[in-house]
Order: sequence, then C-alpha cells, then structure tokens
Amino acid sequence: MPKDGGIGASTKRREDVRFLTGNGRYTDDINLRGQAHAYFLRSQVAHGKINGIDTAAAEAMDGVIRVFTAKDFEGVGGMPCGWQITDKHGQPMQEPKHPILAEGKVRHVGDPVAVVIAETLEQARDAAEAIELDIEDLPAVVDMKAALAEGAPKVHDDLTSNLCYDWGFVEENKAAVEDAFAKAAHVTTLELVNQRLVANPMEPRVAVGDYDPWNDNSTLYTTSQNPHVIRLLMGAFVLGIPEHKLRVVAPDVGGGFGTKIFHYAEEAFCTFAARQLKRPVKWTSSRSEAFISDAHGRDHVTKIQLALDDANNFTAIRTETYANMGAYLSTFAPSVPTWLHGTLMAGNYRTPLIYVNVKAVFTNTVPVDAYRGAGRPEATFQLERVIDKAARELGVDPVELRRQNFIKADQFPYATPVAVEYDTGNYDATMDKMLEISDYAGFAARAEESKKRGKLRGFGIAHYIEACGIAPSNLVGQLGARAGLYESATVRVNATGSISIYTGSHSHGQGHETTFAQVVAEMIGIDAGQVEINHGDTANTPMGMGTYGSRSLAVGGSALVKATNKVINKAKKIAAHLLEASEADIELADGKFTVAGTDKSVDWAGVTLAAYVPHNYPLESMEPGLEETAFYDPSNFTYPSGAYGCEVEVDPETGEVEILAFTAADDFGNVVNPMIVEGQVHGGIAQGIGQALLERCVYDEDGQLVSGSYMDYAMPRADDLPNYTVDHSCVTPCTHNPLGVKGCGEAGAIGSPPAVINAVIDALQRGGHSHVTHIDMPASPSRVWAAMNAQ
Amino acid sequence: MTKVTLTVNGRSMSGQAEGRTLLSSFLREELGLTGTHVGCDTSQCGACVVHMDGQAVKSCTVLAQDVDGASVTTIEGMANADGSLGTIQQAFQDHHGLQCGFCTPGMVMASAALLAENPKPTEAEVRHYLEGNICRCTGYHNIVKAVMAASGQDAGGAVAAE
Ligand code: FES
Ligand code: FES
Repeated sequence: MPKDGGIGASTKRREDVRFLTGNGRYTDDINLRGQAHAYFLRSQVAHGKINGIDTAAAEAMDGVIRVFTAKDFEGVGGMPCGWQITDKHGQPMQEPKHPILAEGKVRHVGDPVAVVIAETLEQARDAAEAIELDIEDLPAVVDMKAALAEGAPKVHDDLTSNLCYDWGFVEENKAAVEDAFAKAAHVTTLELVNQRLVANPMEPRVAVGDYDPWNDNSTLYTTSQNPHVIRLLMGAFVLGIPEHKLRVVAPDVGGGFGTKIFHYAEEAFCTFAARQLKRPVKWTSSRSEAFISDAHGRDHVTKIQLALDDANNFTAIRTETYANMGAYLSTFAPSVPTWLHGTLMAGNYRTPLIYVNVKAVFTNTVPVDAYRGAGRPEATFQLERVIDKAARELGVDPVELRRQNFIKADQFPYATPVAVEYDTGNYDATMDKMLEISDYAGFAARAEESKKRGKLRGFGIAHYIEACGIAPSNLVGQLGARAGLYESATVRVNATGSISIYTGSHSHGQGHETTFAQVVAEMIGIDAGQVEINHGDTANTPMGMGTYGSRSLAVGGSALVKATNKVINKAKKIAAHLLEASEADIELADGKFTVAGTDKSVDWAGVTLAAYVPHNYPLESMEPGLEETAFYDPSNFTYPSGAYGCEVEVDPETGEVEILAFTAADDFGNVVNPMIVEGQVHGGIAQGIGQALLERCVYDEDGQLVSGSYMDYAMPRADDLPNYTVDHSCVTPCTHNPLGVKGCGEAGAIGSPPAVINAVIDALQRGGHSHVTHIDMPASPSRVWAAMNAQ
Repeated sequence: MTKVTLTVNGRSMSGQAEGRTLLSSFLREELGLTGTHVGCDTSQCGACVVHMDGQAVKSCTVLAQDVDGASVTTIEGMANADGSLGTIQQAFQDHHGLQCGFCTPGMVMASAALLAENPKPTEAEVRHYLEGNICRCTGYHNIVKAVMAASGQDAGGAVAAE
C-alpha cells in the first residue's frame, strides 16, 4: 500500500475545499479599485474592407472613458506566432500580421474592430452600439480547397495565396513510400473529416490589466494555462515591456483544454489600455464572444492510404491533410498539423515507410490551434479508422490485424520512420487488458440479444500512442519552435520544516496542489500537509512553460524532483554536520536523517531549523538556508498508449447511437494519484465522445458561425454519456524521467473518437449495411440514418 | 437603479440593481458573492444555479429587481455551521466530482435540489436531472457517483483516501 498522502495514494484534492464552498478565485472574481470595463466591438462579417470607423457618438456617451481602434496601436507589435514551419521546399511558412485590433480589413466574424472603455460594462456595451462601422463586404473563403483554388479571394492581400505552408514529412522517404504502394498486395483508402471543434472550457476568458505609474509596473490577471509564456510573448513581442516590469497572474482557471495556452489580443489590449488610462481595465468574455474569439480546434480534411503485403503486414502509409489555420496564425497553430500530427503517424505499429503531407490554409474563420490532444487525435483517428477499414476489406479480425503489426514489447526502444523513438510500451498487454475487462469474448452473445430487440450492436477498438511533454528544447528549436520546452520548480524549505513549492507548471483542474505535494512528501517522508504548492504568478514562480500537452507531471514533476533532490543533498550535509558523521553515511527515511547502522538521528525539522538558525553549522563550507531551484529539459517525449473499446447500440429506425460501455486500458507509466488520473481519462473520453457523436462547429458559406452558442453547439451533457471503465494497471515506466511517468491528460480525447466510430461502423456492418464503410463525425442520428439508407 | 433587499444564506443583504441586472451579476458584482459562476449567456450551462425560496433556479434567468424580499441560498451557504463541507460537497470531494471547479457551484446546488425532491434517485434520474448543468472536465461519471453517494446509495468505484 502506498503511504497515505505519498506517491500512489488517491489523496483527496485539497483545492476542492475552496471550489466546493464558492471560494475559488477565478479571474472574473478579481475586481480592482477604480477598474474600468472594456467591451470589444467585433466584426459581424467574415471578410470586409474597413472604410471608416466613426466613434464620435460613442465617445460622447455616459460613462465612456475612451474608444480604441487600430490607429491607437501604431508602433505596437502584432500578435506573435510561436512556431515557424519550413515547407517541403525549404521555405518558411507565410506568416501574416495579426494586429490587436483589425487594421484595414476584418478577416473573420468576431475579429475585434474597436474597444469601448467605460465606467461600467453596460455603458461600454451601449456605447459600442453607437459606433458607426463602414465595412464593405468582401467575398469570404471558408472551405479550404476553395481557398486554394486559382483566383480565390485572399484572406491576406500581402501574401501570395491562402496557403500558409505545404509540408512534407519525411520528404526524403516520399519516393520509397510511392514504391511500396506500387508493390502493395492491398491498399486501403479512407477520406475523412476531423471536424472543427470549440474547446469550451466552462470558464470564459477574462483579462484584467493593471498599471502602477509610480513604479512603471504592469500586471495582467488572465485565464491562462501558462502565465510565463504570456509574459514573454506580450512583453517582448507586442507591448515592449521588459519582464521585470510585467507580472502575469493566472489564478484559479476554470479549464483550458488548450485554448487558454495562446496569447490573445484581449490580454495585450487590457494591459496596454491600463497603461494608457492609468487605471485597471477589465474584460470578461461572454460565451457567445468565446465562440468567435477563442481559438478553435481540429478542422482537418484528410485522405489516408495504408499499404499491406500479402501477409497483411503494413508496408507503408501515406496521408494528405488540409489543415485550417483560420484567418490568422494563433500562437502554436502551425505546429499542430505538422510536428504534433506527422510524428504520430506510426501509431503503435511497425509500418516501415510513412509520408505525411499537410497543406495549411488561411480562411475567413476563427483561428484554429491546439485543442486537447492537438494533432495526435487527428493522427490516431485516421490511422485507427483506416486499419479497421483494411481489416474489413481483407476479412480479418481487427484485433488480430493490429496485433500482427504492433511494435512488440521486446522491440523497445523503437525508432519510427517519423522521427521519434518510443522508449517503452507493451501494446499487447493493454489490448489484452481492454478485451478482458470489456468482456469482448461475450460480445457476440450480447449482439444477438440486441438483435432480438431490433437494435444493432457494435464493438469498436482503437489503440493509440501519444507523445507528451514535448521536448527537448534544442530539438524543437530546430523544428521551428520559438520557445523552450523545459519546466521549473523552486523548493523553499521553511525554518520549521514546512515547504513552499513554486512551480512553473499551472493547474486549471488537474490537481497539482495535491499531486505535486504527494511527490515531495514521499521523497522526504513528511506529511503532504506540510507541503504547499504555488503556481500561476510570474512574480513568485521561476520561468516555466505552463501546462499543456500532458506535460505537468512528466516535465514539471521532473523539475520538482530535481529541485527536491538538491534540497535533500544539502540537508544531508547539514545532518552530517549535526550528527558528526560522514555525509556518505547519512540516510533519509520517514522524515528523519540517520547515520547508517546506528541509532543516531536528527529529524527533518531539526535540519531545516539549523539551516536558518545556523548556530551549529558549517558556515565556512556551506551557505545557510535551504532553498533550491531546478529546470528540467526532457531528453525525449513520453509515450503513453492504450487500448480503448466502445460498445454501441444503433437504433435502425432513427440512426441514434447509444454508448452501452466504454473501456479504457491505458499505460501511463507510474501513477502518482490514481483517482486524479482516472478523472483525467474520464474527461478526455467525454470530449472524445463529444467529438464522435455530438459536437461540430459549423460555418455557412458566407463565413457566418452557425453553431455560435450552446443552443446550436452540442456540448455533451450528463445523459449523453455512459459510465467509463478505466484501467491503468499496465505499466511500462518512462525510462528517461525520474518518476517514470508518461502523462494522462489527453489520452481519453485521442483514443475515444476512433473507438466510437469503429463501433458504429461495426454495428451497421453486422446489421447488414455492408456498404457503410465510414461516417464522418459527429455520427449524429441523421448522418447514421442517411448512411444506412443510402444505396 | 433600484434598491433590492433579500435574504442570502440566512443574512439580510441589499444592493442596487438596474432593471436589466441579472441575479447572477447582482450576487457577484453587487453582493460580492463570487461563488455563483456565469458560464454562458443563453441559460444553458447551469454554472449559475442558486436556490430561490427553496427552488433551484438559473440565476442568469432571473432579474435582480424581481427577487426583492426573496430568500436565496448560494454555494457560499452550503457548508455546515462549523465550516466543514456539507454532505453533497463532501461527496463531491470524496468521489472527485470536480476538476477545475467552475461548474461545481451550480452542480452542487442542482444536486441539492434533486435530493430534496427525490432523496433516492436512480443513476438515470441523476443524469437526467443534471442535464441543465454542463461540466467540461469530469465527463460526469464522478459527479453522478458523488450524487449517488450523497443520497446514501452505493456509488461504486474508487473513493479518495484522506
Ligand atoms: S450562466 Fe446561467 S445557465 Fe449559463
Ligand atoms: S469541473 Fe471543470 S467544468 Fe466541471
């Protein structure tokens, strides 16, 4: 049994107490003295030329302090893009300017045109209605292929076309891949859409800018997953404020799922306006505004082909994707369809040759960037769908076809043809586990029973690989990242032995305050209650990259272990002095330093007190105090993997899909808090099922957002979703981080969409609808019914 | 602006409201009770649920001026008198029924209303009742377990350690 409160314990979350009593402190709960309110007037058309903005009437209205338009931002930088892609010809991607407020043209519905600052939000909103916008409609491009056609309207007039980049990976393998296809015994082809989604964390974005003119200090309170990244991007690239004069605070944040990674115009605006007006400026997004201003996710159109030899071994994969960038490049948008997608195309399989082509396209839609999984769900969906389709075409069992081509447990480390090396895994084990706990063997009988009731039952399987904790910094730098990808931690031991941790990682639901304390408590052998975790404020945390890509424990936790080990090493030296023993003989266990083989000991608090009250202390050889900082830059990604099984029943009368059971067998390496890990998987699966069955962000051909609220965008609700059976007992620890952990935040969202769609197709095929080989997501009743009835 | 006086969590409180001020923003901005959250502008998410004269309401659908004289309970009023978590709150913690915590006040208030109406709901009834409350983090599994446990029924699955 794990020590209560230590690694492996399902410790209750300490943060829950404040959340459950209404005492969380979210950004919108912050109201500063003298605060003014900002209201963003946004474009209602997808594409238009701004001929004039008349703000005179608005400026004269009650309570209005100032109205800002693009001309107030002359000399201010645009929103930066954090990742540069080099195309297949060695050329840099086309990178348009992204102004804080629209300049000359509006490029998507929601593009901000002007901002009213007033004493109250109502006054600001009323005044915005009095702004006269003269915007001349231009034809909009919404569909990616149409956007690339000759003569298509250009989103950015100064670019040569709407093509951001045309990326080939691995370009050198292309000819060999073609050759393998020419020699293939069988080729399976699948065309699919990975639809646009809206991340929809329940807390809308908020920014509060504050300025202290007497010290020239700016502070931004914001709903961010990574306050240091915002400080760096906004300070250095947008507003020209040096870091020591800029503090960014991300307090309690109500979910992120990727969409709160990015630096947004509203953050820069509120910081800028607070400096101009010398008073705090607050902006709170409404949900409708979130739909047209939060970066969206996915939106890929793909054709994938799988080549097999006559023994059903995978011999090559080629895939061609159109990836929607929207109207501007959001912070990490270019990396999602490329390095976060192409590198995952090997999946769990030994396919020797892979070629990935991605065309990234500008359209008159909201920018698209990372959403839970980011590139990896898109890779997994196409791969796991095409394998299923191949199994059907070849008349072989989809489980066996996967197994036959799995990278085997004794083949790790395994270098794939798409530039990554998996350290550990055991895919047969996770597959076996999933089949066991889902009672796959009993499926046929259950299908019979469904049939008697006039229902079609299907079982869908998906096996995923994920790459988490993107790294190392020098490699991603070569790949175009304009940021490092390390993480940091400061361990400040207090005189009486309690510990204050400052992490560059950020929690917006993941429970770091509990789990990070468990790690430190276990390492030192003290009660977790003695350890406090601080995060989210650049004023007290070391420079860190924040939380996304399932990196917190694998990267941030590793920094924490490193810093804690530094503390322990110093504490041992102090203990050796106090115990008059050699440092090599000092052992730390259960919060006590003992001279090996003796009963001489000093407890943790005795050592920490000596560090700060150094009366009996080797001052000649060691500084007083006990505080260490570490930065950890991973040597590789981590590679969680798992088998997902979904059992559905389709109503042939209505096309309605009901999920009867959902089983996940994941290998996350070692697990610190099983309860929290399971919760992360539940949430990921829910979002994946949401994508598979419900959610879809729809634009009409004029670029109007049709699904712009919860009335039209189908968020999964409690009675849409099943219970989940999740297991993480298959463990192949990561070999290159100290905790042997892999990351669990995105797995559910990656593995579940193909499992669900494979199940729906299986149900239809078993029900005699053998012509249905694919249904695009979401598999809504109307789509399923139409597919069944198309002949 | 009109003065609105009401009882909140057993205490008489008053503040100023415009005709268009919603109860949700009145509680948050005027009374400083920021535990009630606002997650949408179409009355769909349930983050703002409070109890008004014993009934669960979405406070974003109620005008502040219309609640003059009413008795309102918010999430801030759900703990026990000694400050410890109430039964439903404790069940949410024990069963990991929250992650980011943003939907949580509304979930707890809605669950309390359900159990007042139907002390031993089935799991399907819990899911159906919570249809008006969106959670993006938990996938609902543990919320449903928490509500079942709070009703004194076997929740199954893992329970947190101390
Ligand atoms: S804020 Fe009231 S239902 Fe969403
Ligand atoms: S816990 Fe985050 S929305 Fe429910």
